[in-house]
Amino acid sequence: MTAVVLAAVPTTTYYLVLAAILFAIGAVGVMVRRNPLVMFMCIELMLNAVNLSFVALATRFADIDGQTAVFFVMVVAAAEVVVGLGIIISILRRRPGVNADDLAELKG
Amino acid sequence: MEMIVFVLASAMVLVGAVGVIVRRNPVHAALSLVLTLFGVAVHFVALEAHFLAAVQIIVYAGAIVVLFLFVIMLLGVDKAEDLSIEPFPIQRPLAGIVGLGIAGLIIAAIVRGRDALREAGEPLASDGDQNVQALARNLFEDHVFAFEFTSVLLIVAVAGTVLLTRKVKKPTAGGKAAE
Repeated sequence: MTAVVLAAVPTTTYYLVLAAILFAIGAVGVMVRRNPLVMFMCIELMLNAVNLSFVALATRFADIDGQTAVFFVMVVAAAEVVVGLGIIISILRRRPGVNADDLAELKG
Repeated sequence: MEMIVFVLASAMVLVGAVGVIVRRNPVHAALSLVLTLFGVAVHFVALEAHFLAAVQIIVYAGAIVVLFLFVIMLLGVDKAEDLSIEPFPIQRPLAGIVGLGIAGLIIAAIVRGRDALREAGEPLASDGDQNVQALARNLFEDHVFAFEFTSVLLIVAVAGTVLLTRKVKKPTAGGKAAE
């Protein structure tokens, strides 16, 4: 039994399933949490899930383009975090302790 | 051996991810996020994407999470949130169902697509030392315009954020207003 476990090699499918679960956890987090900062962290989780599947498939097909895509996703994620946290700061500075449900001025 | 690494790193990823969405204190959520990011970096090493593993640690765990923690401290929102209050009582069960649906759909697609993975033959034996060179060649030959545009994106993001978070003071305070 131990030898079987030791000899087993995780295939690409394992990584893709892990990425799918990670993405779903991130999506649930965005839906249930009301703190804008935690919602942002959940978006990072989803981006990481996509990165993981990119790298797994890039390795599987020996195509470095997938890793380049991950590089660009990281750049965009960094820019997105900077802008998003700037928006959150400027909102929370005006109205401390607000959560996402309270920001409903634009509601029709 | 690879399987053990995979299982341990996956446990890190999943425990951290669940921690992000169930911890009440935003600081704890950010630290759980670090655990997830490290787990993903371990997966990158196992997949022989060494450069991306290093960038993952430096940029995500180093810069982005520190930025999160910095904002949490700056705004003083590091008190525990009361998760028992639910403004929409049906929201959490619905979110759980939708999450299971998302995971189920993606996994179903993966299972159906397994044949494509199998038909592609055996994965090529990659020499780990060449990863950085191969990535650099791909980035600076095939994707050099996209690479240059990311610099524009970063400049715009930084300038926009400085403008966005500026405190509007009286005109004499001018230069000191920006953060």
